Amino acid sequence: MSYSRKSAQNALLYPREVMPEKFVAEKVRQIPPSGIRKFFDLVLEMEGVISLGVGEPDFVTPWHIREACIYSLEKGATSYTSNYGLLELRELISKCYRKEHSVDYDPKNEILVTTGVSEAADLAFRAIINPGDEVIVPEPSYVSYKPSVSLAGGTPVPVPTYQEDEFRVTAEQINKSITKKTKALVLSYPNNPTGAVMRKSDLEEIADVVTENDIAVISDEVYGKLTYNGAHTCFSSLPGMTERSIILNGFSKSHAMTGLRLGYAVGSAALISAMTKIHQYAMLCAPITAQMGGIEALKNGDGEVQKMVREYDRRRRLVVSGLNKMGLDCFEPRGAFYAFPSIKSTGLSSGEFAERLLKEQKVAVVPGDVFGECGEGYLRCSYATSREQLLEALARIEALLDSL
Amino acid sequence: MKEILEILESNPRIEPGEIAAMIGITEAQVASKIKEMEKKGIIRKYKTVIDWEKAGEEYVYAIIEIKVALRSRTGYDAIAERIAKFPEVRSVRLISGGHDLSLTVRGRSMKEVAFFVAEKIATLEQVQGTVTHFVLRTYKEDGDVLFEKERPERLAVSP
Repeated sequence: MSYSRKSAQNALLYPREVMPEKFVAEKVRQIPPSGIRKFFDLVLEMEGVISLGVGEPDFVTPWHIREACIYSLEKGATSYTSNYGLLELRELISKCYRKEHSVDYDPKNEILVTTGVSEAADLAFRAIINPGDEVIVPEPSYVSYKPSVSLAGGTPVPVPTYQEDEFRVTAEQINKSITKKTKALVLSYPNNPTGAVMRKSDLEEIADVVTENDIAVISDEVYGKLTYNGAHTCFSSLPGMTERSIILNGFSKSHAMTGLRLGYAVGSAALISAMTKIHQYAMLCAPITAQMGGIEALKNGDGEVQKMVREYDRRRRLVVSGLNKMGLDCFEPRGAFYAFPSIKSTGLSSGEFAERLLKEQKVAVVPGDVFGECGEGYLRCSYATSREQLLEALARIEALLDSL
Repeated sequence: MKEILEILESNPRIEPGEIAAMIGITEAQVASKIKEMEKKGIIRKYKTVIDWEKAGEEYVYAIIEIKVALRSRTGYDAIAERIAKFPEVRSVRLISGGHDLSLTVRGRSMKEVAFFVAEKIATLEQVQGTVTHFVLRTYKEDGDVLFEKERPERLAVSP
């Protein structure tokens, strides 16, 4: 009997129901679905919703950058690039770090261009985590760090931050969370969702703890350019931190290029080459069209960035003062484009408030607990939306408060 | 000061209270700064941008380039100011290049605009010659695009 006939016969003898779920890896099964997703589905069912739930700029990519992307296509730039990314782009990134933060990165092997910052974060975790390694993640924070750490085989250790501390993580808290297994600390300031920024002195204290315990730092600084009243301090610019930190950055927020998926990581050659090893197999290289846009952005984009930052800053003040006026306690965010008001005075949970706000007033916000347990009692309101929409949204939030 | 002007330039109807919230000073300070700038003539006036076509009113615009023969020591100012007095003339500019003055003229029909130029402008003593360009369509005016604005479709909720 031939092999194929035998297997056909087996299928007849033992008709089995196929359950594809069983093929899904345990590790993936254990990751909870994103809380944002659930909310997103709710919003989709409704019409006339004003959304303050968006984590991206409401500006279109500046025209000169789009034009550069189009021109690169016309010229026929559609090939792979070096795994590290186009050298010209890396040289510009290097120049930018020298100029803005006085840190030197060699464009040859200390800079890796990635498909968005998300890829860079994933690579960083996978490059440094051994099974069982712990990674400290201050919360509330962007939703992907914890699952990425888990997928890389590590254990995320969340550390809560509080409004009393202006949502800054303290050196003392980090020190307390460190165990023998701690491999790295994640910093993400300016912070999504709180808008918190770190002062240089806070970072210096953290640098001491990090040195003492000899751990690595992954600092996601994608909102760095969106810092109001003062300049952003790059973590690797602190003495002794260049070697042990991987700085993640990208074009999505500063240059309104979210959909073009362009990010990068800078760090010591040892860490960057480890990340590149994974990147070359998983991604090969970031899309060349986006990289061409990135070159234009770094060459001629400063004016447009400043214009957008000024506009965000105005909206920021408008929203924060509006929220405080209606009695919602809102700390002043000094970075990114989110306000993070407390709704504890209403007695409702974040989820309840957000759901009622959506159903009764058609305003979408993201409940704070999506970003970590300590975000309970808060809402993330993005002010990356037009002034008219912001004012209308504020009026609707107030209407909900009045009806409670 | 510059910030207040930038905000008012984009939308003069934003209330001083709102401007105050946007730039982090008091409402009274905003109001007094605006008053001061109005007095000094920094803020000359507040205007409304109207799409007349949509309102059912048809207007014809033309750009007129003029070659001027200077006769007196009064220079270009005298002739430019004289031309500017016609209500049909919407703008007058001294320009470099092949011509000296550039005007925008508005009328109810091409005929009306053409006759206005022929009878009132071309006949002026210092005007050596005119070239009339009728405007067929305006795509951008004073920094505002007049065609369908880009509306990126963002997801309603994203991380």
